[in-house]
Amino acid sequence: MHQPETHPRDSLFYDYAIHPYRRPPEMDGAPPTAPVVIAGAGPIGMVCALDLARFGVPCVVLEQDLQVSHGSRAIVLTRRSMEILRQIGLERPFLDKGLQWSGGRSFFRGKEIYRMVMPHDPNDRVLPGLNLQQQYIEDYLVSFCEAHPLVDLRWGQKLEAVDQDGEGVTLTVDTPDGPYRLDADWLVAADGGRSPIRKMMDLRMEGRSYPGHFVIADIKAEIDRPTERLCFFDPEWNPGNNVLVHRQPDGIWRIDFRLPDGENPEDALDPKRLGDRIDRVLVMLGREGLPWALDWATVYSANTLTLPDYVHGRVLFTGDAAHLLPIFGVRGANTGLQDCNNLAWKLAFTVRGWSPPALLDSYSQERVQAAREICEEAGKSTRFMTPPTPGSRMMRDAVLSFSLTEDFPKDLLHWRTSRPHDYHTSPLNTATGDEKTFDGGFAPGEPVRDVRLEPDDHLFDHFGDRAGFHLLVFAGPESVPPDLMAWVGARPIPLFVHVLGPTGIADPNGMAAARYGADPGSVYLLRPDMHVAARWRTLDLNALTEALERATQTTLVASPAKEPVQ
Amino acid sequence: MIEKTVSTADLEQIYDHLAEAIDRAGLDKDRLFLAKLSLALSTMVADPARVAQAIEASLRDL
Ligand SMILES: Cc1cc2nc3c(=O)[nH]c(=O)nc-3n(C[C@H](O)[C@H](O)[C@H](O)COP(=O)(O)OP(=O)(O)OC[C@H]3O[C@@H](n4cnc5c(N)ncnc54)[C@H](O)[C@@H]3O)c2cc1C
Repeated sequence: MHQPETHPRDSLFYDYAIHPYRRPPEMDGAPPTAPVVIAGAGPIGMVCALDLARFGVPCVVLEQDLQVSHGSRAIVLTRRSMEILRQIGLERPFLDKGLQWSGGRSFFRGKEIYRMVMPHDPNDRVLPGLNLQQQYIEDYLVSFCEAHPLVDLRWGQKLEAVDQDGEGVTLTVDTPDGPYRLDADWLVAADGGRSPIRKMMDLRMEGRSYPGHFVIADIKAEIDRPTERLCFFDPEWNPGNNVLVHRQPDGIWRIDFRLPDGENPEDALDPKRLGDRIDRVLVMLGREGLPWALDWATVYSANTLTLPDYVHGRVLFTGDAAHLLPIFGVRGANTGLQDCNNLAWKLAFTVRGWSPPALLDSYSQERVQAAREICEEAGKSTRFMTPPTPGSRMMRDAVLSFSLTEDFPKDLLHWRTSRPHDYHTSPLNTATGDEKTFDGGFAPGEPVRDVRLEPDDHLFDHFGDRAGFHLLVFAGPESVPPDLMAWVGARPIPLFVHVLGPTGIADPNGMAAARYGADPGSVYLLRPDMHVAARWRTLDLNALTEALERATQTTLVASPAKEPVQ
Repeated sequence: MIEKTVSTADLEQIYDHLAEAIDRAGLDKDRLFLAKLSLALSTMVADPARVAQAIEASLRDL
């Protein structure tokens, strides 16, 4: 019998609520009603649930605990993550509470050796980074889930066993009332880095684990400094290692440092030892003797690991359950949000019968490739931050030493930040005959970017949170082909047409046309996750049909009546 | 100032390659390896004044 902790976790800034366990109806003989079960109500499981719901797909979310994340954990959301939250219609509370930032500074021997500036385009509505504790991230998502009629979030229910055949999954779920059986067509494994489902299915991740341990400590302290990422290399009190400092809402500061080699990680959390080190960090921040209180501390190490395949029959892996990535470059939650944004529409299309399950293979193809690119990129930063061998340590020290007087190696001091991935090899892309005539804009597989059309009007505002494909038409003199709307109305899938030009969305300064490399008449076909499927100089309904069929991996027969989408 | 003549991507690759080479030389021979490498690169640079400049820059902030 599963007995979740019923005592709220301690925190100096966040009031943990205990969410009630409710006896599931299936335990008393009710038939299961949701085609999808999601294991894990972390950020990724919940965003996946809410994204599926946009397409009218109901799901059950199983969460073993009765409360949200222990500790602040993933504290930085990237702009791409904010765009994903906006697409799903959720961004407001994140913007209200989060601290936005766009740069950082690195110090060595008391001197500022590097100033990191993350590119910010005036077309974007938010800065590249937004700091917010994972408790709040989950708290907001829980509220959205609980308010949504299609999301059945079940607290205190632990997935114990998974069986599957070609048609669906049979799950054994343990609860405070004992176990019950739950059937579904699909299981999404969003059960986190230690993924019990990965273990039940005996799946191995590929890649590398790095030696070296890091301590994360969150303190509450009155420090009057801007929101930026601070990095101190090789401080006197921790030779050869580094310290990172991040500001969070509610007067909380994240201190993150690498432990001296050979130090036992448990010893590092000893209050006296940790307290001394925090005092020394405050000295580096110019706040010697400042009073502070510890909120949460933990130890972690760096990995660049991914499953080689995220689709295993009827079980779909996403987020940390699918990969373990270093936190340098804010990879954890931000990568997971891109995963589930890719997965949700494909799973929804499959469940709604708009596409065959084969569409899901492209989820694995696109996201495993993204994870591998991240392992490669983040591996470089990890080798700099936690040199795994004497040779890498010597090289790191050489770069630091040069950086006091020389500029040439300074780019090595910057670890690349989580970015939206380009699915340029995706089987869903169509390279049209017009493709080579585009100079700039966004190629098939790339995510499109926002445009500030007028001071308070952005292109993405016009897409709203509508779930489906988008056809972005840069109207020519003959405007939109008259048969387009009839063609769209006859497709069974959700497809929204947005016309830019005098008859539609105003682009008075041609900003959108310029950013998209578009001429009058150009057309972009966008997938529901806002990656380009195809683009043309002029619209041709046969070509559009072909591209849409490829992007949905199906044959689109025109249907007389369009099925309503909730 | 030492000029930057290779792209960041190339520099990253060189960085990793050098780290691996130092490890291959081993702890008792890494100094010898680095001295040989410096000599080899010096004749490739083919300019004693620039080699001297690199030596001075490398001696700073040890
Ligand atoms: C200690 C720690 C510190 C971290 N620090 C950072 C950081 O500083 N920066 C950063 O970017 N990332 C950090 N991360 C990673 C970040 O938290 C994750 O990338 C992010 O939470 C991934 O979200 P997820 O939804 O995939 O998994 P999780 O957030 O782990 O969610 C998984 C959920 O599944 C539930 N679950 C597990 N098994 C079962 C089961 N059998 N049945 C039902 N429910 C189950 C869990 O209770 C949990 O709620 C940290 C992670 C940890 C563990």
